[in-house]
Amino acid sequence: MPSVKIARKSTDTDMTPFVDIAFLILTFFIMATKFKPPDVVEIKTPGSVLSQKLPQDNAVMISFDSSSRVFFTILSEKDPQKFTDIINEINTGQNLGLTQSEIANFRNYYMVGVPLSGLKQLLARDAKVAEKERQPGIPVLDSTNNQLVWWVRAAKNAFAGEKLNYLIKGDANSKYPAFEAIIVALKKNEEYKYNLITTKDGGEVSLYETNKSNNK
Amino acid sequence: MASIDTGGDSGQKKGPGVKKAKKLSTRVDMTPMVDLGFLLITFFVFTATMNEPTTLDLNMPKDIKDQKEQTEVKESGVLSVMLGKDDVVYYYEGKLKEDGSNFKSTDFKGIRDIIVNKRKEVMGRYVRDPECEAKMAKDKKPLSNCADKDFVVIIKPTKDATYKNTVDILDEMTINQVRTYAMVKIFDQEYELIKKTEEFNKAGIK
Repeated sequence: MPSVKIARKSTDTDMTPFVDIAFLILTFFIMATKFKPPDVVEIKTPGSVLSQKLPQDNAVMISFDSSSRVFFTILSEKDPQKFTDIINEINTGQNLGLTQSEIANFRNYYMVGVPLSGLKQLLARDAKVAEKERQPGIPVLDSTNNQLVWWVRAAKNAFAGEKLNYLIKGDANSKYPAFEAIIVALKKNEEYKYNLITTKDGGEVSLYETNKSNNK
Repeated sequence: MASIDTGGDSGQKKGPGVKKAKKLSTRVDMTPMVDLGFLLITFFVFTATMNEPTTLDLNMPKDIKDQKEQTEVKESGVLSVMLGKDDVVYYYEGKLKEDGSNFKSTDFKGIRDIIVNKRKEVMGRYVRDPECEAKMAKDKKPLSNCADKDFVVIIKPTKDATYKNTVDILDEMTINQVRTYAMVKIFDQEYELIKKTEEFNKAGIK
């Protein structure tokens, strides 16, 4: 019997180019991802409609958690000298008597949340170990002893002549007085512009956009 | 799946007596590697874009010590908003009356309408100001900027308010296009009224 032979075609597709691109993308993302330093405290920021980009460099970040503990962070990747400048000013201004190694150790701390009296003790320790422990927070609520004023002043002097952003990162459930005390500390240093760190609030954004276009 | 194809068997017969060398396939199964690759892509894509923080600008006024330098606002265009305990919002228009009769309470959903209505009311009362309108036209800004220039919202958070409340009310200013607002300390008289209202409500529930 004559039979018609159907040519068998391979079902294999050459996926090499596809895979090449996939790995290229993978490489890109691995390179581009910058891992956040681990958070010492958990802070859940409130939502907001505005979606401006956050300045990541040349900034100081003042954070407060749900129990109103206040922390101070210096964001200066390009110029590590700023860390030394700030801690030096705090050291001489407050007579803390820090040693050279303690001053150098300051850079290893991402968030500092101790009263000035406890700073020497904190800096004498290994940052990796000490950061995992609970810090009491910078005292701000007592208006006669708002120690954040000193930190802001030191930062302001260290960044003199450059643009310095003040980021305020607060937990949604913290009470208002902590926020007010931070504003007071900044105001005492004659700084009036701040950035409040928030997460994007999806539903409200559309409403904001319509209101904005209606107004034009 | 993804594999390297190097030809392999061609199926052509060679002459008799020609020994065929056994060909081993050079194909490598790359499926597991590709799987892992995509898994990593997914991971990095998610970590890279999700939960990006944004920022809300806040400008505070300078503390003015000299009475002469203070900016005067028209009483009729002022809306005072106070943030109390448990997300309750208190407000009054203009000046607080002695007996506190214009002191009202609402929540964060209700305050939006109150702001919108007050803004409309102030804009409705607007008498054309050619000087201001000329200035806006020159700066290429909408003329409505003149109409609502008397509208001022004063925000007074109490110590019972949360930070979220504060950001929410600032957000409300952005949503409703309130251009002039200020955050100030609450007066004792107002705080007492809030306390009284809270006690009254508590008694009412019982």
